[in-house]
Amino acid sequence: MTLMSIKKFSFTYPGADEPSLKNITLPIEKNKITALIGPSGCGKSTLLRSMNRIHDLYPGNKYDGKIELFNETSKKYENILDIKKENEFIELRQKVGMIFQKPTPFPMSIFDNVAYGLKIAGIKNKSELQDRVENALKGSALWKEVHDRLGKSAMGLSGGQQQRLCIARAVAVKPELLLFDEPTSALDPISTGAIEELLVELKKDITIAIVTHNMQQASRISDYTAFMYLGDLVEYDKTENIFLNPKEKQTEDYITGRFG
Amino acid sequence: MKRLVINKIVLALSTLSAVLGLAFLAWILITLFVKGLSSFHLSLFVNDLINNGLRNLIIGQFILAGMASIIGIPLGMVAGIYIREYGRGRYANIIRNLSDIMMSAPSIVIGAFVYALVVVPTGHTSGFAGSIALAIMMIPIVISTTDSMLSLVPQELREAGIALGASKYKVIFDIVIKSAKVGIMTGILLAFARIVGETAPLLFTSQTSNYFTLDLTQAFPSLSVSIYDLASDVQTSSRDLAWAASFILTVMVLVINLTGKFITRNKK
Amino acid sequence: MEKIFQKLSFSSATLVFIILLGIFITLFNAARPAINEFGLHFIVDPVWNKEVPLTTPTAKTSTVQASTTDDNIAVNPDDFSEDDGMGMDEDEDSVPTKTVYGGLVPLVGTIFSTLIALAFAMPIAMGIAIFLAEIAPKNISSLVGGAIELLAAIPSIIFGMWGLYYFAPIVADLFGGFQVSLLTAGLVLGVMILPFMAAITRDSMNTTPDILKESAYALGATKFEVIKDIIFPFSKTGIIGSIILSLGRALGETMAVAFLIGSIFELPHKVTDPTITIPVALANNFGEASGVGMSSLFYLALILFVMSFGVISFAKFYFLRKVN
Repeated sequence: MTLMSIKKFSFTYPGADEPSLKNITLPIEKNKITALIGPSGCGKSTLLRSMNRIHDLYPGNKYDGKIELFNETSKKYENILDIKKENEFIELRQKVGMIFQKPTPFPMSIFDNVAYGLKIAGIKNKSELQDRVENALKGSALWKEVHDRLGKSAMGLSGGQQQRLCIARAVAVKPELLLFDEPTSALDPISTGAIEELLVELKKDITIAIVTHNMQQASRISDYTAFMYLGDLVEYDKTENIFLNPKEKQTEDYITGRFG
Repeated sequence: MKRLVINKIVLALSTLSAVLGLAFLAWILITLFVKGLSSFHLSLFVNDLINNGLRNLIIGQFILAGMASIIGIPLGMVAGIYIREYGRGRYANIIRNLSDIMMSAPSIVIGAFVYALVVVPTGHTSGFAGSIALAIMMIPIVISTTDSMLSLVPQELREAGIALGASKYKVIFDIVIKSAKVGIMTGILLAFARIVGETAPLLFTSQTSNYFTLDLTQAFPSLSVSIYDLASDVQTSSRDLAWAASFILTVMVLVINLTGKFITRNKK
Repeated sequence: MEKIFQKLSFSSATLVFIILLGIFITLFNAARPAINEFGLHFIVDPVWNKEVPLTTPTAKTSTVQASTTDDNIAVNPDDFSEDDGMGMDEDEDSVPTKTVYGGLVPLVGTIFSTLIALAFAMPIAMGIAIFLAEIAPKNISSLVGGAIELLAAIPSIIFGMWGLYYFAPIVADLFGGFQVSLLTAGLVLGVMILPFMAAITRDSMNTTPDILKESAYALGATKFEVIKDIIFPFSKTGIIGSIILSLGRALGETMAVAFLIGSIFELPHKVTDPTITIPVALANNFGEASGVGMSSLFYLALILFVMSFGVISFAKFYFLRKVN
């Protein structure tokens, strides 16, 4: 089933004449990994950042169209572009988490990093916090490495560990959808491999959308792939179709490395 | 939700703080304008203090700050060049830090220092003593400006000059300083704005004078020091004159300061 | 030419060091008569310019020893012989009195006016910094920030006049007491350091990477939570440094305080009482002082210089390390 459905979506940055995203229609399927690929400047990150409206931290953006998110309780699709109130934004971001290009450990201990989202969501019970932090760290394959130094600063971890910590932090609040914005671009190949494995593991519980400039990565882990170019969605299909049997000439050129 | 309420309150308080800051600025400026303009008259620029005018004081203040600049700017610039271009490691860093500390040294202490150094041996206050005190205040500001402006010049530019066979001295003067020129000049303008409004270091070095003079070996007219004298005077006419003088002093300082900022902004 | 310029620039840079050292030595020299006469007891003596009857040498000795036990012992022998010698001289005098100077009052005034200034300025400066860095849109932030910086450019003597004639009456109405007092002086001092503190705090807050803030927002944090949990911890050292640097400024501020503190050598019993600070003691008494009185003023200047040097270098080395 479709968790998020993007319909005729356009996006314009403040002060820009031309929209950066034009008329995009794309489903994000539940418990699958959807990869957004394309040359830099194609708008893939802009699209990803629209999905939890993190753009709205900076004023003056213009949205058109619809981004509908399935609401588990009311069993209805709700347009997240209608959101105006602060508490609705907070709710949206608890449902739709995000991981960035570089690891972003907060200036606090490992435990507090993972517990942060839970604490601000109002969970105060110590044992519940402990359980959920432990589960999140286990789920991110980090528990073994850090269980004896949970009180230490997160800055002491390696880059790959920090990124998995950020994933654990996002997973701990049990989001429905996790957005990954080139999560491995700052990491070495071994750490990248560990994160890729983790993503495939995570999709059992969480739907994933990932922006990547690494086509091998997209083909290795994703179920669906969207190819974007200059703000347009050129082609969307099952990953094997995009890579083995692309319908559009542009997609084929990009996949085979003729540009980009 | 409680956290949303807390969030709203904190953001509102922060905005209120900014409004409060602006209110203080407005309050001071409006007071100055109203009080200053009500006693303002063009004859203030014609007469000296002895005839209830401010001419000698305004000229004196500029001469004191100008003399300080003549001493302070070259010394500060050359020292700044040393720190950024010649200094290696520790020593340059120590001087940089000491200069920063000197920048925050109490201005009244600098006045006391110059008093002991110049006024006591010569036996009386003088324009020179005042200029030296202001120059000591100015040097670290000019050093810091020069240092940070030179640091913005890309290293490749220096290397390109050296690669052409120019000496280091040539590279610094023909290339590095030229490309940092606007920044350094703006910084110097701001440094001037800072010292031209100073009072404390002049109190017992230059003092002030009721008469017009260009003789820097004698007590020298100073607008800011005279404001202090006039403002604490019992006569209302003296206090009115102090407000007019304060208005003129502030306009002078703010115009120079804003000119400097305007140049920086335009450059960006 | 190359060599000459290199030497010249080296000398200019060294001048900074020489001036600072020169200030210390000059002040110390000028203060020496007072240091010899009063020792470190000066710091805890609340009396200024007071004729006291000269006690007998034995009694004097015991007080000196009592006062120096908790002070620096190294000063003791120096103090002792000096007092002894003077006692002998004055024995021949018909009126056995001497004038005593102590620095406690201006020291207390300086410290308390600074603390009041900090207590007043800190919350407002933090608020302004938060507004500029996190709340206001870019153009408004730069406009308001520019205006606040303009407040810092206003000469301090203007703050003094405005404070005395317009601000102090309101404060005195609200809190009672005198218009010239520790409280009004401290508050005006607070307004003066406000823009300075706000600007450095804003700059420190702005060093927090956007991506770090975004990750917290992406977890559902509110703006306040991002500020409290991410930005403040991240820019902690810079913010603390800015506060200490502002404290250093407030310690040495003269003109604004001179109008408002009342300039009397008396310990304040309430915050609404007038008193004096070190810079104001210097500003108002330098002209008329001579002899030991003059030397005592230099002693005060030396104490102020050492204090501000200490505070500022502490802020620089522990919190605001420049990386070059």
